[in-house]
Amino acid sequence: MKILMVLILAFGCILAGGWIFRFLGRKVSGNKPYFRDMGLGVAFGYVFAALALAWLLWAYAQSHSNDPITANKFFFLGKAVEGFLLFSFAAWVFRFFGRKIGTSTSKRIFRSMPLTASFGVLTILVYAVVSIFAGWLAPYGQEEILSSANIVPGGNPNIGGSPEFPLGTDQIGRDILSRLIYGAQNTVGIAFATTCLAFFLGGTLGFLAATLQGWVDQFLSRGVDVLMAIPSLIFALLLMTIASAWAGSEQSLLTYYMIVIIAVIDSTRVFRLSRAVGLNIVVMDYIEAAKLRGEGLAYLIFREILPNAYAPLLAEFGLRFCFVFLTIASLSFLGVGIQPPMADWGTMVRDLAQFINFAAFAPQVASAPLLAAGAIALLTVAVNFVVDWMLQKTSGLKE
Amino acid sequence: MVAQMADTLLKIRELKIDGRSDETWTPIVKGIDLDLCKGEVLGLIGESGAGKSTVGLAAMGFARDGCRISGGSVEFDGVDLVKASASIKRSFLGRRIAYVAQSAAASFNPAHRLINQHTEAPVHHGVMSRSESEADGIELYRKLRLPHPEEIGFRYPHQVSGGQLQRAMTAMAMSCRPDLIIFDEPTTALDVTTQIEVLASIRKIVEEFNTAAIYITHDLAVVAQMADRIKVLLRGEEVEEADTREMLSNPKEDYTKSLWAVRSFERAPKPAIQTSAVPIVAIKNVTAAYGKEAVLHDISFDMHAGRTVAVVGESGSGKSTVARCITGLLPPIQGQVEFDGVALPRDYRKRDKSQLRQIQMIYQMADTALNPRKTIGELIGRPVQFYLGLSGGDRRRRVEKLLEEIELDPAQYYNRLPSELSGGQKQRIGIARALAAEPKFIICDEVTSALDQLVAEGILKLLARLQDELNLTYMFITHDLATVRSIADDVVVMKEGRVVEKGYKEEMFRPPHHPYTDLLLSSVPEMDPDWLTNLLSDRGVDNIGGAAVDKMENESSD
Repeated sequence: MKILMVLILAFGCILAGGWIFRFLGRKVSGNKPYFRDMGLGVAFGYVFAALALAWLLWAYAQSHSNDPITANKFFFLGKAVEGFLLFSFAAWVFRFFGRKIGTSTSKRIFRSMPLTASFGVLTILVYAVVSIFAGWLAPYGQEEILSSANIVPGGNPNIGGSPEFPLGTDQIGRDILSRLIYGAQNTVGIAFATTCLAFFLGGTLGFLAATLQGWVDQFLSRGVDVLMAIPSLIFALLLMTIASAWAGSEQSLLTYYMIVIIAVIDSTRVFRLSRAVGLNIVVMDYIEAAKLRGEGLAYLIFREILPNAYAPLLAEFGLRFCFVFLTIASLSFLGVGIQPPMADWGTMVRDLAQFINFAAFAPQVASAPLLAAGAIALLTVAVNFVVDWMLQKTSGLKE
Repeated sequence: MVAQMADTLLKIRELKIDGRSDETWTPIVKGIDLDLCKGEVLGLIGESGAGKSTVGLAAMGFARDGCRISGGSVEFDGVDLVKASASIKRSFLGRRIAYVAQSAAASFNPAHRLINQHTEAPVHHGVMSRSESEADGIELYRKLRLPHPEEIGFRYPHQVSGGQLQRAMTAMAMSCRPDLIIFDEPTTALDVTTQIEVLASIRKIVEEFNTAAIYITHDLAVVAQMADRIKVLLRGEEVEEADTREMLSNPKEDYTKSLWAVRSFERAPKPAIQTSAVPIVAIKNVTAAYGKEAVLHDISFDMHAGRTVAVVGESGSGKSTVARCITGLLPPIQGQVEFDGVALPRDYRKRDKSQLRQIQMIYQMADTALNPRKTIGELIGRPVQFYLGLSGGDRRRRVEKLLEEIELDPAQYYNRLPSELSGGQKQRIGIARALAAEPKFIICDEVTSALDQLVAEGILKLLARLQDELNLTYMFITHDLATVRSIADDVVVMKEGRVVEKGYKEEMFRPPHHPYTDLLLSSVPEMDPDWLTNLLSDRGVDNIGGAAVDKMENESSD
């Protein structure tokens, strides 16, 4: 009851603050249209945002307090703020140089790019470089067991870190930084291959269904419905269990089975999209003109329909990549995905998971499993930013 | 009218509007002045892109997304709408200024009944109570001559026809008895027989309530009926402004004169068809259906070499379906289509390459007829390669020759995408693609109806020249009788899937006609500003447009 009263009181205060803010804004700016036509809700939002920002600043200051208990309490928030600022700055610099260097086309792309998209592009580029050159970049091997286990991330010897292993080592003494770098190669590479396969399958069948219609469409669509009716993660687990029985002692084959299984399950979503997009395109007069010319099916699909479906398919590719990537990480977390000793982010989260219990009093220790989880989250966010930007660009072109 | 001159309602001064494209603001309206008195109707005309609609919206103090009013003032009844606050604008819009959009079908919310949308503004602005407004709506529906005024308001938008919807929208605009209504091409999407009804009712209601109006259109004959004064716009600038009669009889600027002259293009008549000649395309007793719904009933007519056959009729009369039967997209259930005396397979998939090549099609919307991802060279080059087997340099030379024939510079256009061309140029590419197959017969499906009049005239002249040079046969599907008059040799009039009348053009435009042909012809607006008044007094409101069609049907069924 008391909490409710406090909430109502706070709401009232912010509302009053908003009214005052708007009133002052009108007086100071000489009744500019922006303040003149401002709704009370907008003014409320401004005051609320200002308060939230003030709290954030206070909390950030706390995370650098000399008292270790207070500092530990706000440790993750402080790191998040620093990370946010760092990434924003990197994205800004990236975009700044993108606008200065390169051909006129690339400059134009960078000029129209919001900061979120430039962050996304930069992150994806970094991931790509890291995963391609993992062998050169990683200080140790992914399976290499080193002398000391359980070194705390951060490289601070006072709390159990070591400058040799900036991100620490895991329970059996493997370097986390190296495993993260190799994990990028394994997880991202496999996810990319899986997504490509899913698009090849789903896209081809979807356009085929849209072009031929009739019973072909019915057959394919109902088949896809059946596959989609089964919860995808459980279905994948089931198939992986069968596959591991099949693979027997050849555990390395299991990765290929996983690629095919996830690709088939995800191609159902791609099928739906490409069929829907295709149906919108096949009613166009230029398809009719091509049909009347006597063109064959392959020409219709690949030369007339596909070029017009690039934008939605590319956007879907980004999103689908995230889902595939998360599915692989989940499967690895559950123990049926990428097999040890290959490094993989999902497995790393699972193996280090118990350290999260230390979060309250030793945040540096608890950050060990969060590093791999953060790597997953960062890539997912980056891809989504880029997809958002591309969707906005393509829909903007249509208007 | 002159007495009211002092009573200015809307005063626009030096209005400048910018539009955003490619990261920069470019001016689209460059300083327009406009005065409108109470009860006066001003016609705004110009081609697409002239800024008519933008000026119309700016008269409400509104700029579309991606546009901004960058200068000037819009004074409505003494209040400058450009500087006015949002709440003041809100109190004006809907209540004192109303807007009627081009497509009523897209402007009504499909999820609500007409009357509920009608009463929204009066209730919101506190002009009337809900029940008063409902009663008033029914009264307005009656005044606008909508059928069953008592109940039509309780239907959903998809349950009434396009012309009725446009009138319902006019009624909605009238619901608060505004001082000013902006009509943005309200009849452009309608058939002639429907258009005339809408025009008559708009004019009646505007006169009755002494409402001022801005009437935006590209059709000169329509604006001549509606407006007291006409203002001509070109690329965001005013060309000239004058009273309607003055403007029609004595235009001053060259541009205005050229607009007026468009309708005078007419080809020399061709000699009559020899009785022994084999028609290029003969349609013999064709009956066709979509599913079980029969849309063509026992159609027969011939098209002879080197001639243009215009197929006219309202939307839904089956004009385009005939084209689909000829091309084989819709195999007829009875009858057949003969090409040069030989029966064609009914389904296009069963026709061989040479048969497909002979029949080409030009579409109404060049935007959807050209693949937006292919360059002009690829678009025209594909049929060249596909039918004639040319490739590499030969193919390129052939495409360049075709581009020259349609009066576009090959060096400049070969590598462009369709989106980089204007509407008229796109339509020319459509023509070139048809020509690339070297056909004998081309179906032109409403090829000029999406284009401005000057551009459309250019397309018609091009088609006429190509016909003379290459001895092509055209089937010209259109609802615009002015186009028929300028290009056709023979005319086929269709109504509800049947051929009502067919014959030489000269005969068709000379009485006596079939009553339906007569109705179609009489519904085409003429440049004479008294045309609508005379027609109404000659025939009476019940004998024009859709009402007359209904009557005709009742008589024939009795």
